Amino acid sequence: MSLFDKFQPIAEVRAELQQLGVMPFGAVTEKLLSATEGIVNGHRVILAGTNNYLGLTFDPECIAAARRALEELGTGTTGSRMANGTFREHVELERELADFFGRSHSIVFSTGYAATMGMGSTLAGPGDVIVLDADSHASIYDGVRLGGAEIIRFRHNDPADLEKRLRRLGERIQNTLIIVEGVYSMMGDQAPLAEIAEVKRRHGGMLLVDEAHSLGMLGEHGRGVAEAAGVEDEVDFIVGTFSKSLGAIGGYCVSNHAELDTIRFAIRSYIFTASPSPSVVASTRVALRLLQQRPELRERLWENAERLYEGLKQLGLRVSPQLSPVIAVTVEDRRQAIDWWNRLMERGAYVNLVMPPASPTPASLLRCSVSAAHSSEQIDRIIEAFASLQATAGTP
Amino acid sequence: MPDYNEFLARIFEVLKPFAKQGVILNEQSELVTELGLTSLQVMELIEQLEDHFDMSIPLNILPDIRTVHDLATALEKLTA
Repeated sequence: MSLFDKFQPIAEVRAELQQLGVMPFGAVTEKLLSATEGIVNGHRVILAGTNNYLGLTFDPECIAAARRALEELGTGTTGSRMANGTFREHVELERELADFFGRSHSIVFSTGYAATMGMGSTLAGPGDVIVLDADSHASIYDGVRLGGAEIIRFRHNDPADLEKRLRRLGERIQNTLIIVEGVYSMMGDQAPLAEIAEVKRRHGGMLLVDEAHSLGMLGEHGRGVAEAAGVEDEVDFIVGTFSKSLGAIGGYCVSNHAELDTIRFAIRSYIFTASPSPSVVASTRVALRLLQQRPELRERLWENAERLYEGLKQLGLRVSPQLSPVIAVTVEDRRQAIDWWNRLMERGAYVNLVMPPASPTPASLLRCSVSAAHSSEQIDRIIEAFASLQATAGTP
Repeated sequence: MPDYNEFLARIFEVLKPFAKQGVILNEQSELVTELGLTSLQVMELIEQLEDHFDMSIPLNILPDIRTVHDLATALEKLTA
């Protein structure tokens, strides 16, 4: 026995991939030609797996703001928000986020992982209860485990199953935090948030929604699934990330609970890390403004999503059940998924290969995400790349 | 409240379709290493037990469970 024995299953998968001459995990982006094209692992590809939903990573205004911040404030803050790492720009971003979400309080984190993990681990502790969707992101599971609360799962997107679990809690509902995501990252399906909010209304507890993927994607103003479902008042905490629609890195939590300003000083992932770099904060602030000023980006995103979704469906592929900018193609056989991923690269389309346990079922996924910056022609080329696989291999 | 033997009987019942062929189930059967349950199958087992006994089984108990006996004992404690 050694410390390294437990990594053997990972080593075996790596060896298998090496034998096949494929390295899908950590594919190297050698050059970016735009927000939607680049050279990855030596192939010129359309980027169809980057979560860059609004395509803002190369927006001239975002870049100019980041450049100015670099010149005026330097490359990093070199400290925690609790010490020297709170710049005026962090405070302004927090105010702008609160305004955007129509909430009174907000916290900015250095990553989305830190935001979700930090809120999950801090809000509920020993003696409290977390009731979470079974398909929750790893950052949620990591957080709630760290916090020490009792953790109860309910079946994915099943409000009736959630209700059963809340009912069983009795008086403990007062110390209960319900956690769901707006849009689930692997399959792109939305939480039935109106029904979940209704269950919460009937039984009690607090509700935290992770809108990491849905910010800028859903709702009349792009605030996410809670806005789209008309239940923002029932959501106690919204967490999310700057690394998708806003094209940077970082995370946030917004709430109307005044206690958030106290909780801030108990969140270890907020305190014991350096604050986001000034350039990151600067581009995020501009991206948040553009998200509001350019609703046409959201429209374009959904047009592209529909084009790809329908195109892949017409090929007879097993696409995710719900139309979304995240479109996963299920491939039962892992070897076939690896082979297809590799051949998609050769045919000019980069998508994400997802294998269990990251996928929600024992099958593997070829996960695509579309961007408002994709042209219709690029979407068609992604579809053609999938079609060429089938011409030689048949449908999975 | 169900007792240890009721939990045990139900666990055997639910495990039947999951367990590797040819493996004889007993109280000392190890869920993962012996019966070959994947993490998704362990969760499916938990969900079926939750439905049957109308109880919620916290994930916190799982790190201490290796065998069928461990699981039945943990469920008995939860309902005690």
